[in-house]
Amino acid sequence: MLIEIREQPFHAYDEINTYLNSLDISGQYGATASFVGSMRDFSEDKTVTGMTLEHYPEMTEKHLTKIANDAIQKWQLLDVLILHRIGKIEISDDIVLVATWSAHRKEAFESCRMIMEELKSTAPFWKKEETTRGSRWVEKNTAGF
Amino acid sequence: MQINIKYFASLRELMGEASTQVDVEDNLSVNDLWQSLVTQKNVEFDTVMMAVNAEYVKPDYQLQPGDEVAFFPPVTGG
Repeated sequence: MLIEIREQPFHAYDEINTYLNSLDISGQYGATASFVGSMRDFSEDKTVTGMTLEHYPEMTEKHLTKIANDAIQKWQLLDVLILHRIGKIEISDDIVLVATWSAHRKEAFESCRMIMEELKSTAPFWKKEETTRGSRWVEKNTAGF
Repeated sequence: MQINIKYFASLRELMGEASTQVDVEDNLSVNDLWQSLVTQKNVEFDTVMMAVNAEYVKPDYQLQPGDEVAFFPPVTGG
């Protein structure tokens, strides 16, 4: 399991490859599920030019580790990767990556979805968008289901 | 007893500080503390989330000396 908060930009699919190559699960996994969230240039009715992501450093990794451990236990996962950006985010940057590995697709799909929804609703991150009409805190995430 | 408080995001801006320390009476819940803080600051904030020592707690959690209490708005990561 790897959970990291990153200040520097990352390329999600490169990260999946790099992490997978570091694991010793070749032949064990039959399913990889991943979710990548990236920065749009629009939000509601406004043009977004950039964003800053704040978090609660003492809580973030600890909380994400709990979410990942719950998923590993529930779905008997072989491994989990979670990366999340903080700080200054540019348009089209990858913001979040969740990847799960399991023997069969059901466990990989369901766990990836659950981890992402838990992260969206409980992990202590906050987005402040810069728009053409000034900056504003994002008040809530859109519903995932 | 002494309690350490942290605020994040829009709530930090509303409170005008990122962190503070307060001396409070014993047998105080985290929600009691929140209510006294918004009363002192004369602010309104609809939906607050509460964590103690970096874990979510229910509003009736009984504070312990030295607890780090975090108050913050609904999270918007991902």
